[in-house]
Amino acid sequence: MTIAPARPTPGTLIEEFELGLDAPICLTWELTYACNLECAHCLSSSGRRDPRELTTEQCEAVIDELQRMQVFYVNIGGGEPTIRSDFWHLLQYAVDHQVGVKFSTNGSRITPERAQFLASTDYVDVQISLDGATAEVNDYVRGPGSYDTALKALQNLQDAGFQDAKISVVCTRQNIGQLDEFKALADRFGATLRLTRLRPSGRGADVWDELHPLPEQQRELYDWLMARGEDVLTGDSFFHLAAFGEPLPGLNLCGAGRVVCLIDPIGDVYACPFAIHDNFLAGNLLTDGGFKQVWQTSELFRELRSPQTGGACAKCEFFDTCRGGCMAAKFFTGLPLDGPDPECVQGYGESALDQLNQSGGRTIPAASQDHSKAGPTRNQPVMLTLTRRPDLTPPSAPPTSACAESPLAGFTPPSI
Amino acid sequence: MLDEPWTLSPSVALRPESFGALAYHFGNRKLTFLKRPELVAVVRALGEQPDVRSALVAAGVPEAQHAAYADALAGLARTDMIRPRSEGVAA
Repeated sequence: MTIAPARPTPGTLIEEFELGLDAPICLTWELTYACNLECAHCLSSSGRRDPRELTTEQCEAVIDELQRMQVFYVNIGGGEPTIRSDFWHLLQYAVDHQVGVKFSTNGSRITPERAQFLASTDYVDVQISLDGATAEVNDYVRGPGSYDTALKALQNLQDAGFQDAKISVVCTRQNIGQLDEFKALADRFGATLRLTRLRPSGRGADVWDELHPLPEQQRELYDWLMARGEDVLTGDSFFHLAAFGEPLPGLNLCGAGRVVCLIDPIGDVYACPFAIHDNFLAGNLLTDGGFKQVWQTSELFRELRSPQTGGACAKCEFFDTCRGGCMAAKFFTGLPLDGPDPECVQGYGESALDQLNQSGGRTIPAASQDHSKAGPTRNQPVMLTLTRRPDLTPPSAPPTSACAESPLAGFTPPSI
Repeated sequence: MLDEPWTLSPSVALRPESFGALAYHFGNRKLTFLKRPELVAVVRALGEQPDVRSALVAAGVPEAQHAAYADALAGLARTDMIRPRSEGVAA
């Protein structure tokens, strides 16, 4: 909601935000790289704990600092944050220090008892990650059994009387067609639906080509959000869709290093949760004088807060609304930061990618860190679907049985 | 509304900014931007003044703008950023 009394001053708030604030509006804090799942598109390449992860005391010191800076809430994630044995303590500590908590979880540790505890707190928000409205679609990227786990957690929360849990969905090619089903699912559990954009970050870089929504699906998503978006959260992550015409509700700007940032499990501060890469590393809160110091004085953040040129995008009539799109999406697909977003709805991203591919100039940056598990586990998603060979003729023909005796079985002579 | 006693909700915290303030409601977790320093002054004054009109006057808002400010305050009331004060005098 925005308040514009007396006379409207359009754009000024966005301009203020682009120049950065003395403290972030909110931030994401990944508490651990450890995770019991191995989602194919994990933005932080999580799996294994990092031995350098912040201790309980160090985490408390971060919370104290956030309280002093009046950062009103943090989005806690991971990895799977509830894996940390001090997770519930830190949750309570934050709430007791006027730092509200929204935490993201795959739901595996939201037992009936934990749900009871959560229902008894006032300042805690729970987001259950779910990337398909059906087990088939969800488990394809999040791993076998993860759909049932998430629904069980939602059920436990509802049974305990927890109000207004969030169902957090990363929009993919496979689930855009399920938006109404997601909404129905949220309604069933008295939850709110939250949709966010898939970024080619972390392991997401490996599967982005296969998972990111097709151009016509972007339109479908935009139309759906315009029609039903008022009771759906988006984390303001779809501002690149503003170039379809009317901007979506919320802040239409990239807040990276200006109004948001990420603290990773070892205390590294990055410009945004989708930019865990050395190029977007502002500093470390243990070695660089604390979070406030990094936020206010880092060279990288100063740069991000200086006026941006917009490059080729500045000429586009939609630049005022989409602002050139998502920095991380450009970076991890090998596009220049002052170029178009790879999913630019005007098609400039696709043509820029084509050009780079043709000239051989496209370099996808190598990952700076990877905490993925070394070997596969039973929770690893298997991203295979059963299909028929596309070259079989006619297209609908069944595969040739191994028992077919004819030497010409499966051979269709080319028509003359 | 102008003649009623109002106050900032107890679960709301304000963070001063150059454009005005961030207002955060810890209970319903709504974040609002108060885009004018004058509006921030009004919101802060609500609890100390007998009614909304006095808060507007105390914050130096010209009478011609009182209606516009009342609209903005009504917007804030919808998310419980501010709420009616039951007692007639300052808390």
